[in-house]
Amino acid sequence: MSAQIAAGAPDGNRMEHLLERSKAPVQPGAWGIRGRLLVASLAAVVIWGILAWVWQLKHGLAVTGLNDRVSWGFYLTNFVFFIGISHAGTLVSAILRLSHAEWRRPITRLAEMITVVALIVGASMVIADMGRPDRLQYVFMHPHLRSPILWDVLSISTYIAGSLLYLYLPLVPDLAILRDGHVGGRIRQRLYSVLALRWHGGPEQRRLIGRAIGIMAVVIVPVAISVHTVVSWIFGMTLRSGWNSTIFGPYFVVGAIFSGIAAIIVVMAIFRRVYHLEEFITEKHFRYLASLLLVLGLLYAYFTLSEYATVGYKMQVGDASLLSELLTGRYAPYFWTFTLLGMVVPFVLLALPRTRTIRWIVTAAVLVNIGMWLKRFVIVIPSMALPLLPYEWGTYRPTWVEWSVTAAGFAAFALIFVVFTRIFPVISVWEVEEGWEAEEGWEAEEGWEAEDAESFAPVEAPLAAGATILAEEPS
Amino acid sequence: MTDKSDPGAVLPDAQQPDAEDVGRRAFLRNAFIAAGAVTFGSKTVAFADDLVRGSDEPADDVPQWAMVIDLARCDGCKECTKACQETHFTGDQEWIKVFEVTDEGGNIVFLPRPCMQCENAPCLNVCPVGATYRNDNGTILVDHDRCIGCRFCMAACPYGARYFNWGEPENPPGAALARYSPEFPVPHRKGTVDKCMFCAHNAMNGKLPACASSCPMSAIWFGDLKADIATNGLETVQLSWLLGNRNAFRLKEELGTRPRVWYLPGHGEHSKVVLPE
Repeated sequence: MSAQIAAGAPDGNRMEHLLERSKAPVQPGAWGIRGRLLVASLAAVVIWGILAWVWQLKHGLAVTGLNDRVSWGFYLTNFVFFIGISHAGTLVSAILRLSHAEWRRPITRLAEMITVVALIVGASMVIADMGRPDRLQYVFMHPHLRSPILWDVLSISTYIAGSLLYLYLPLVPDLAILRDGHVGGRIRQRLYSVLALRWHGGPEQRRLIGRAIGIMAVVIVPVAISVHTVVSWIFGMTLRSGWNSTIFGPYFVVGAIFSGIAAIIVVMAIFRRVYHLEEFITEKHFRYLASLLLVLGLLYAYFTLSEYATVGYKMQVGDASLLSELLTGRYAPYFWTFTLLGMVVPFVLLALPRTRTIRWIVTAAVLVNIGMWLKRFVIVIPSMALPLLPYEWGTYRPTWVEWSVTAAGFAAFALIFVVFTRIFPVISVWEVEEGWEAEEGWEAEEGWEAEDAESFAPVEAPLAAGATILAEEPS
Repeated sequence: MTDKSDPGAVLPDAQQPDAEDVGRRAFLRNAFIAAGAVTFGSKTVAFADDLVRGSDEPADDVPQWAMVIDLARCDGCKECTKACQETHFTGDQEWIKVFEVTDEGGNIVFLPRPCMQCENAPCLNVCPVGATYRNDNGTILVDHDRCIGCRFCMAACPYGARYFNWGEPENPPGAALARYSPEFPVPHRKGTVDKCMFCAHNAMNGKLPACASSCPMSAIWFGDLKADIATNGLETVQLSWLLGNRNAFRLKEELGTRPRVWYLPGHGEHSKVVLPE
């Protein structure tokens, strides 16, 4: 195992390599014209979406395709989708941390960032959906605790706070590296030194941050589970066919983790390519995550079967017409696209040894993300369109406003990510380094008896070395 | 022990060495505590009241409004819908909507659907800010100064009885000048949810809801569950007799929402209801 990691670079230079790589994206101008074009076009899409939303504020939700029958649409679909992929950070980072999976080290930062960014975008989709966003504060001034929306507000705000902290804690030692390496201009230097909290990497500080991260890893898991449970209960607590389900909580949680892992794989692949992180994020990481993705996917397929089989066998009035529209009627194209592209094809790609390569794993992950967006669409819209009284089926045709705001949501996700990674390292430098030290420790223990690991691996030394390397670079 | 700690806590007032001083101090302290408790308590009560707004069971010393719609009389003319729209300036919204259903015998049944004013109201439960609440008469109202437009109530209502002001409501001159109250929610407000509220403004003044008074077939009865009485404007009957004698049913009874709207089965074949002896 150690040989595999060490293969990229000779022992003594690994730290140097890592710092080179992880600081590359934080150097101004390192991206060139293509990067700037990307940021500019993402920003343009976001601004366009905000303009569309302002238009909607002015003229009301009448400018959307929503109506009295289908009163929730794209915005709610996006909300569930983004909250879903926010579970990426929790799973990969917290659960792998808790289970001491060493291979997690280079990808935890990306995962934690996905959580924070996805939560921000997801929560803003709710505001886009509100008829009176000017009264948002009423939720806090006049909370009605019996409403599942209040549970969502409490749960998601706890999750945002917790995942910000959980992103920030492991960032502190890296910020100290950036501070000591005098990376960036005066403003960024000030930012780094304020946020680095006088980190010097002494044993006591390391013990404390280890404990803090450990506690947060434990705390964030139930919070994350609660988030998607109460998101599902917005639907599950109603009497509508298709939503009136007892398994919605776990069904949504599994779906969230499923799409979250797919999101990590996609994001990982992009940053690996763009920031040249091939040395750190290897095929091994993709293969491990592919296994997790497959397992969660099978679990999701199982839940999907349970949901539709138990309803379809009994064929109660509302359920029966809903199911027939889903399987053979007007929503069949979406449902079967989800089933094929979101589950069957990815499962094959992930299961066959021949296609367990980065290229195909990423393909599978992209398909899963598309499929899971469609699945959320198929959960939200048909149950609304279903006639509750002797009506016709409701119709929903999203307008340019909803398309624009949706596009802006995805663009904002990418933009916040890009900006963030221009300022902060995309790989947790000190944790990767810690992993190497631990390995060296184990290797050493086999050869000669180390008195204790602490004295063997003084942490300050490599950090100082890193700082020296960075300092040599003109910034 | 009494020597060491505050003697005032144990000794009667008369035996205290400095009764007046201690008394004043105690008074001041108690006054502070009381003032604090009142301030904090009232805030807490107000807050708690917000948390449970509308959750109380209907009071039982005031009329509990109910509606009975006689399907044997309804001929589907939709005068009720028109009267409702004119009274509340609802524009296109049909707070009472007339559905057309064909029964097993091939007869057309007209089914007017107002808000059911459920006793276990899903819309009321899910409202995140307590904008939907129940008044003392058991009628579900919407506070349009409170509604945030999340439309959860619309998703939760099993009867599709709620409507949203998607754009700027038209509010003709008559509506624009009206004085808003949840009992008469006019003028309408953009981005908020509207629905039938049993003409709470009429009920307060002893008048029938617009739909009931406008029905040419007198098919809509309005009554008080508490006093067990109902009227359609022409006749007045014992409410329980009407419900029991005519096999009254409620829509989607199995959902447990306990609507306050009953239907008397039929398909327009009666022109006149049979009065009790």
